[in-house]
Amino acid sequence: MSYYALTIHQAQEKLRSREVSAVELSQSVLTRIQDIDQPLHSYLTVCAEEAFAQAEAADRTLANGATPPPLCGIPIALKDVILAQGVRSTAGSKILEHFIAPYDATVTQRLKEAGAVIIGKVNCDEFAMGSSNENSAFDPCRNPWDTDRVPGGSSGGSAACVAADQACAALGTDTGGSIRLPAAFCGVVGLKPTYGRVSRFGVVAYASSLDQVGPCTKDVWDCALLLEVIAGYDPRDSTSINRPTPSYTAHLERGVSGLRIGIPQEYFIDGMQPEVETAVRDAIAHLQVLGAEIVPISLPHTEYAIASYYIIAMAEASSNLARYDGVRYGYRAAEVEDLGDLYQTTRAQGFGSEVKRRIALGTYVLSAGYYDAYYVKAQKVRTLIRQDFLSAFEACDIIATPVAPTTAFRLGEKLADPLTMYLSDIFTIAVNLAGLPGLSVPCGFDQHGLPIGLQLLGRPFDEAVLLRTGYAYEQDHDWRTRKPPL
Amino acid sequence: MTYESVIGLEVHAQLLTESKIFCGCSTRFGAAPNQHTCPVCLGLPGVLPVLNKKVVDFALRAALATHCTVASTSRWARKNYFYPDLPKGYQISMYELPIAEHGYVEVADQGRAKKVRLTRIHMEEDAGKSIHDAEAGASLVDLNRTGVPLLEIVSEPDIRSAAEAGHYLRSLRVLLQYIEVCDGNMEEGSLRCDANVSIRPQGSAELGTRTEIKNLNSFRAVEKAIEHEIQRQSEVVETGGRVVQETRLWDADREVTRPMRSKEFAHDYRYFPDPDLLPLVVDRAWVEHVQADLPELPAARQTRFVHDYGLPAYDAEILTARKDVADYFEAGVRACPTAPKVVSNWVMDSVLRFVKEEKLDTALKIETWPCSPEHLGLLIGLIQNGTISTTIAKTVYEEMRQTGSPPEEIIETKGLRQVSDADTLQAAIAEVLTANPDKVEAYRGGREKLLGFFVGQVMRATQGKANPQMVNTLLRQQLSQ
Repeated sequence: MSYYALTIHQAQEKLRSREVSAVELSQSVLTRIQDIDQPLHSYLTVCAEEAFAQAEAADRTLANGATPPPLCGIPIALKDVILAQGVRSTAGSKILEHFIAPYDATVTQRLKEAGAVIIGKVNCDEFAMGSSNENSAFDPCRNPWDTDRVPGGSSGGSAACVAADQACAALGTDTGGSIRLPAAFCGVVGLKPTYGRVSRFGVVAYASSLDQVGPCTKDVWDCALLLEVIAGYDPRDSTSINRPTPSYTAHLERGVSGLRIGIPQEYFIDGMQPEVETAVRDAIAHLQVLGAEIVPISLPHTEYAIASYYIIAMAEASSNLARYDGVRYGYRAAEVEDLGDLYQTTRAQGFGSEVKRRIALGTYVLSAGYYDAYYVKAQKVRTLIRQDFLSAFEACDIIATPVAPTTAFRLGEKLADPLTMYLSDIFTIAVNLAGLPGLSVPCGFDQHGLPIGLQLLGRPFDEAVLLRTGYAYEQDHDWRTRKPPL
Repeated sequence: MTYESVIGLEVHAQLLTESKIFCGCSTRFGAAPNQHTCPVCLGLPGVLPVLNKKVVDFALRAALATHCTVASTSRWARKNYFYPDLPKGYQISMYELPIAEHGYVEVADQGRAKKVRLTRIHMEEDAGKSIHDAEAGASLVDLNRTGVPLLEIVSEPDIRSAAEAGHYLRSLRVLLQYIEVCDGNMEEGSLRCDANVSIRPQGSAELGTRTEIKNLNSFRAVEKAIEHEIQRQSEVVETGGRVVQETRLWDADREVTRPMRSKEFAHDYRYFPDPDLLPLVVDRAWVEHVQADLPELPAARQTRFVHDYGLPAYDAEILTARKDVADYFEAGVRACPTAPKVVSNWVMDSVLRFVKEEKLDTALKIETWPCSPEHLGLLIGLIQNGTISTTIAKTVYEEMRQTGSPPEEIIETKGLRQVSDADTLQAAIAEVLTANPDKVEAYRGGREKLLGFFVGQVMRATQGKANPQMVNTLLRQQLSQ
């Protein structure tokens, strides 16, 4: 087995036994990145030089005998909305094409403190807005299982690079499903933590009340470990929550016996790809065999989730993206007549069409006369959706659903119709509105060999239960041993 | 027809916290451009605001000092507009749920007191500074001020004249300085004011259409601009026109207001709650803590000075216009409890004159005084008990100012103790009378005004140390013999 294919925990063992050095591991991953960059294009920036320096430092730590930090020498990729000091951070946008981050995001800092090697910045939809990665201002990332298909979005690069062994693990961000959907499409594990569990400081904001950073990994154990490293209170993020981070890896093997798993009727809909439904129901049945109790539940306001999500997310985005105005940093249009023209031309040329669509819609819903009808209403719906979940969690401990109604679709298939594209997130969006944690675990393949994802949702801060359920399921299946045909 | 003017003021007060409202940068004025900046106040991608609690403390001080109701929960909101000195493209402010509402300011107007009600007080971050005329073909932006905390204090339309607007603004400024939250410097922009002005027929209860006047950066500008605007609106109405609701700019050079071009202000700020900040929760304990820490306010202190020390209202008003002056006065009274009015006279005449001449009062707090209030009180006590005369006291005071020595020490070493020994004085008087026989004769012939001349001569002969009352009495006795 090539070193690049190692999971975090496999790599940990080999590094600690000195079977492989951190430099060799990084070299192996860097070669892999280069070898399949065409046609995958999961990376926007590869940090070879910095990675080697970090790997050399890791080797020194590993050599001195003491217990190394948890990610010592492990190559990890960052979605390009997560800042790393001195490294270009485009957020998938032309407007930040040459922006070099002057500081580390809190999660980047935590990875570095844990000894990780930041191997590079991976592709994503522009400002994390999209479900297919096709909104990247640069070449879109492809699905490793079928390069004519999308990897899902917006953290497409994060999921694709992990599936294609171009990193041991990656961080993504999830605003409406942006980690879970690509994880499902690419056959890897993806977690959106509880809102406030992981700091957003240093993460380019899309929709501040929904954004959360989370891991994309090759298996559940890695996911638990990576969450352990990045989670925790950050005084620089007022929305991060000050409560202790449990050891997520410590309780992975506790099993699911006695756990009540809720199955919401609203999440098994007409028009779903039948293989998806079958795979998800089989996974649920397996959990029942392992001792879990299955409870039918209802989340009645689910049908309003997409509408209220897009109002809230676009409203916040329209304001969050106002800073990209060509005045202080980033792209600036040449040959402008006056200040108004500078703003208009810079933003017209610097942003892609989906970003502009969302800014326009967000501006509209916040406008005088429309604010109450749209934004205020959407916030009320959001409260109802959260209440749906909280009352459902009185009858069950976790909720199981599909991640998406279909497996990965073809590039270009949904580009012409934004509304169809938005429906890809139909099962993931409500979780962001409710601020809950959601885990995506591979649960099979369709007839084209495309991965299918099982989604597990939990109570606020109940990531540990999701992870041990995912782990119990994963141990009995070999989906993770299959590799994309690259 | 006679018109009544209806005026409300919106005041922006820069708070005197050490650091900015949402990051740790310094708020100090006068640094090199863009020196006091960091990723947060520069609005770089990925940054998040973290509230400086001191700002809330200061806002609460102001809210309690103006008798406002403090909201247990208030919310930060984003005010969205594009401008080069606004790096995030929005200003973090408060909108639907401000921190305080329904207060009032007691306005002192030559003894008459009037309450101007406050609609609301809220906190917000300041924008940067655009400089348009420093370089040809370019505008420069200095972001040092970006994120400096501001209080916006909005009054009800309770003000009825330009002069009253001035009185209100002065009272508010004194109050903010008193509770040490704002230095009140209008020239440096730490206190800014916009005015909403309308007129209506005398006696009418309905409000007329208002205009908002901006760019008022001195007391004079506030008064002049409002006066001009009332005049302008009256002329519009008298000539059959209608006042248009608009924003107007005060042109201080030409002393007129002119309408702002529509491009100079945004129409729709698209306010919405800032998702990066939690609702601000202020519990009773916090309010009580701030309340306990609040000094006695100028209006209450003024009343107490009149009542407890028997001071005229005029003295009380001047002494309480600054907290440090009022504190100084009271420390002086503690050292000389029997003569508060005399202490007041000395503070107003000698101490404050010197402070003004030496410009020691330009900072929020007077750091250097001509002498300590204890020494001043002791000095006045020495006048009261006859140790020195008022005239000698002036000399001692000068010496105190220059050396900082206590008054008794100066009196002893310089031998300035008042001469009240009758024999010594009799001898001195006799000498003066002997030396001026013609004047003695004239006095006795009825020119009693010459008494002053004799007193002067005796004082001169004793280097000013003679007890003036005794000299007077003894002189009269000798001259009438």
